[in-house]
Amino acid sequence: MSPDPHSHYEVVIGLEVHCQLRTTSKLFSPAPVTYGEPPNHSVHPVCLALPGVLPVLNGHAVDLAIRAGLAAHCTVHECSIFARKNYFYPDLPKGYQISQFEDPICTGGWVDIPDEEGKGTKRIALTRIHMEEDAGKSIHDAAVAGDATHVDLNRAGVPLLEIVSEPDLRSPAEAVAYLKTLRAILRYVDVSDADMEKGHFRCDANLSLRPKGEAELGTRTELKNLNSFRFVEEALEAEIVRQAQLLDDGGAIQQATMAYDPSTGRTRVLRLKENSDDYRYFPDPDLVPLRISAEQIEAARSSLPELADAKRRRFEQQFELSAYDASLLTESRALSEFFEAAVAAYGPAKPVANWILRDVLQALGEQEREIDQVQLTPEALASLIRLVDEGRTNAKSARGLVPDLVAEGGDPEALVRERGLEAVSDSGVLEAAVDEVLAAHPDNREKYQAGEKKVVNFLMGQVMKRTQGKADPGSVREILLRKLEE
Amino acid sequence: MAEALATLTELSAALDAGDVSSAELVDAALARAEASAGRLGAFLSLRGEPARAAAANADRRRAAGERRSLLDGVPVAVKDNVVQQGEPSSCASHILEGFVSPYDSTVVERLEAAGAVLVGRTNMDEFAMGSSTEHSIGGPAHNPWDTERSTGGSSGGSAAAVAAGIVPGALGSDTGGSIRQPASFCGVVGLKPTYGRVSRWGLVAFASSLDQIGVFGRTAADAALLLEAIAGHDPRDSTSLPEPAPNLSAALDGDVAGLVVGLPREYFVEEGVDPEVLACVREAVAELERAGAKVREVSLPNTRFAIATYYLIATAEASSNLARFDGVRYGHRAEGDGGLDAMYRTTRSEGFGAEVKRRILLGTYVLSAGYYDAYYRKAMQVRTLLRRDFEQAFRGCDVIATPTTPEVAFRLGEKTDDPLKMYLSDIYTVSCNLAGIPGLSLPCGFAHQMPVGLQLLGPALEEARLLRVADAYQRRSDFHTRRPPEPA
Repeated sequence: MSPDPHSHYEVVIGLEVHCQLRTTSKLFSPAPVTYGEPPNHSVHPVCLALPGVLPVLNGHAVDLAIRAGLAAHCTVHECSIFARKNYFYPDLPKGYQISQFEDPICTGGWVDIPDEEGKGTKRIALTRIHMEEDAGKSIHDAAVAGDATHVDLNRAGVPLLEIVSEPDLRSPAEAVAYLKTLRAILRYVDVSDADMEKGHFRCDANLSLRPKGEAELGTRTELKNLNSFRFVEEALEAEIVRQAQLLDDGGAIQQATMAYDPSTGRTRVLRLKENSDDYRYFPDPDLVPLRISAEQIEAARSSLPELADAKRRRFEQQFELSAYDASLLTESRALSEFFEAAVAAYGPAKPVANWILRDVLQALGEQEREIDQVQLTPEALASLIRLVDEGRTNAKSARGLVPDLVAEGGDPEALVRERGLEAVSDSGVLEAAVDEVLAAHPDNREKYQAGEKKVVNFLMGQVMKRTQGKADPGSVREILLRKLEE
Repeated sequence: MAEALATLTELSAALDAGDVSSAELVDAALARAEASAGRLGAFLSLRGEPARAAAANADRRRAAGERRSLLDGVPVAVKDNVVQQGEPSSCASHILEGFVSPYDSTVVERLEAAGAVLVGRTNMDEFAMGSSTEHSIGGPAHNPWDTERSTGGSSGGSAAAVAAGIVPGALGSDTGGSIRQPASFCGVVGLKPTYGRVSRWGLVAFASSLDQIGVFGRTAADAALLLEAIAGHDPRDSTSLPEPAPNLSAALDGDVAGLVVGLPREYFVEEGVDPEVLACVREAVAELERAGAKVREVSLPNTRFAIATYYLIATAEASSNLARFDGVRYGHRAEGDGGLDAMYRTTRSEGFGAEVKRRILLGTYVLSAGYYDAYYRKAMQVRTLLRRDFEQAFRGCDVIATPTTPEVAFRLGEKTDDPLKMYLSDIYTVSCNLAGIPGLSLPCGFAHQMPVGLQLLGPALEEARLLRVADAYQRRSDFHTRRPPEPA
């Protein structure tokens, strides 16, 4: 067994993220952007690269790219150039992809990610963001295509942003934290749905190792198509192990494109890069340089919502939340807005935060819902908490209502009444229940009086049981203590 | 057939007068095209039924007083690289044999909206790469003035169809002279507009930054009518200029008094030019002078780099533009089951002709890592210098006059074995495309019993000025009225 690679090597990771822009039509074609349509139904002569067609840039995609760049603190350039990346593949209809090469729309910028201790943040620098069109899909599945390959061009021409980070990431965990933060930012500013299952948010990783303390970068390999956070972490870890083993054995890393096989938990070489690909990039003569005015950039800047990191800092200060709670509540814009609306309806922030982070998020997880798909309104959550505060139902009953409120909505007060969850605070009923319990467990009174105060908890439980959990715990405790002291 | 060599303007007037119907004109054009098919090879395909139906509609409109434009009912031909819905568009290439376009080019839409009747698709060099219309799956086109000679190219079919009187007007495309050189060889007017003046939507791309659709006619006035119909901004072409379609016909007042004609000293060197061609051009310039124009020498100092610059940029763009012809979605696909790479290799080896392959290889090399800076980037820089040459020259003159070609139409087969010699015959025409300015060729005499062309170049968007000068010259000359010999 070789030693832990992390003990003597420093891991260096840079990520390239492809993120689908949320537009209704494609980047250079009027064809609609769809998901799940039958093959080759969302196409137009431009997507098919018929003889004589020409690309026309989708202005909305440019607006979204500007927003993304500003949200990531990039410099948005007033002039950028679309270039052709030339290569042959059946799902690339023109024989070239329209991308940006020498002059991308955005350069620089950064993303702040939570550091490993969870206390502060670490700044990850961005190299660039550029716009490009997606390729189609080649279907090699024998059940569909037999010996042949079928080509589906629905996705061909869908607008993408490629977001390239500097090699600033030092562990697979940091890589995942970066991806989660980046995804949150893109969702915050409505640039992308960033739905990984639909391929809206895809990641390639460059990874190299160097002996700790060494300044020079090692030879890197590229891991392609890491399409879930779990895969990213597993694949990077597997590649670290592979490279460390090679280096430990005195071998050299070869520049290569790697693939991760989740069934074996290993990475393998897809192809070596010794004959470096020559894409013959050149400015696309069918398109004019993309000019963005300073006014357009400023207009986009002023239309941006408060971004996740600013909002997190504000939540910490304004609501006196922990950094951890604040970061959870600001992970999505919808959740942060739900929280603020509930605080506005209720008052103190802390209980609202607790109810959301504990009960609402749990219900969302169980029901596989996003916060913007809940029936529970912030006002209803506030009134539910208030019912508990006022002793009209107990906390346990109230928490039990959250999943139904999330799924179906409704008025908490009516629901408590309908389900008979009102707290029993009628002192006659409670006095009788306490008396019955004390009579059934006579030894407990003696224990209590002998100083064994924790029997109170046992007796409380018995009373709650006898009242089917509806008793107001505060009243029960009060009566119980009075009678024990008698 | 009295109307065979009538101009478009005359035919339009005859239609208005009721002397002839569109149905008769279209029938006659189709009959002449069929009769001359073997001798001229001007067309790759004819549109018999749809053209006759369109002619009948035009006649009905005219009878109802709803004539759409002067072009309504007039037969017109279109080069095969300008797509039309439902029509084959092979671009004279085996790789697109059988391809039928499911959509219309903008210029076809506009011609049809003007009422013009599109009778057929004209012969060309494969993918517009060539200067002779010999590199075609349809066989070579033949010059109506001497069928053993070339029509020039690549729009040779359109030039021949107009010269032989099959149609009064036609569309071509010009990347480095592909309208002006065949117009010169065949003795007709050919106009390449300013880059961006006419939409390229539906023009099968050769070199996107140089390609421009233009027009052929017997007279400047006819060329003006056709260009008015097809020009103007098109949102489907990002390189289309925002200007609306110009009113060109109004500019044709015959007046060139005070107009300054520049003669670039680098173009009027005796070396490499047929002296008889040069003599015709000088005489045409003298005629303009007699009409009141002033003549002065100008300089285009970077001219000697034009051919090299052109063949670097044009081939680079072509190598990428022609990548889509891969056998995957349409057109020719090679048989065999050797896998993907074999399919690409065999399809493209079988599908493209030698000249196209030569240019794809050149262009691929030009863009390769390690060569890009030395070739493509350098060529783009020189292109800027050439553009500035013209800007500078037009500060001292209104139009520039040159020979269109260094010699008259060469014999078929004469240059096919020597590509470099063929490339050098583009010497006078390529700079215009590199600079993006308009250029026009018009008949200005005969040498060796073959037509000679005078090329006029103007500043960007000054098509009207070129047409005015050409029209003024044609009012004072009769070369455009001469007719090629009848078939034996």
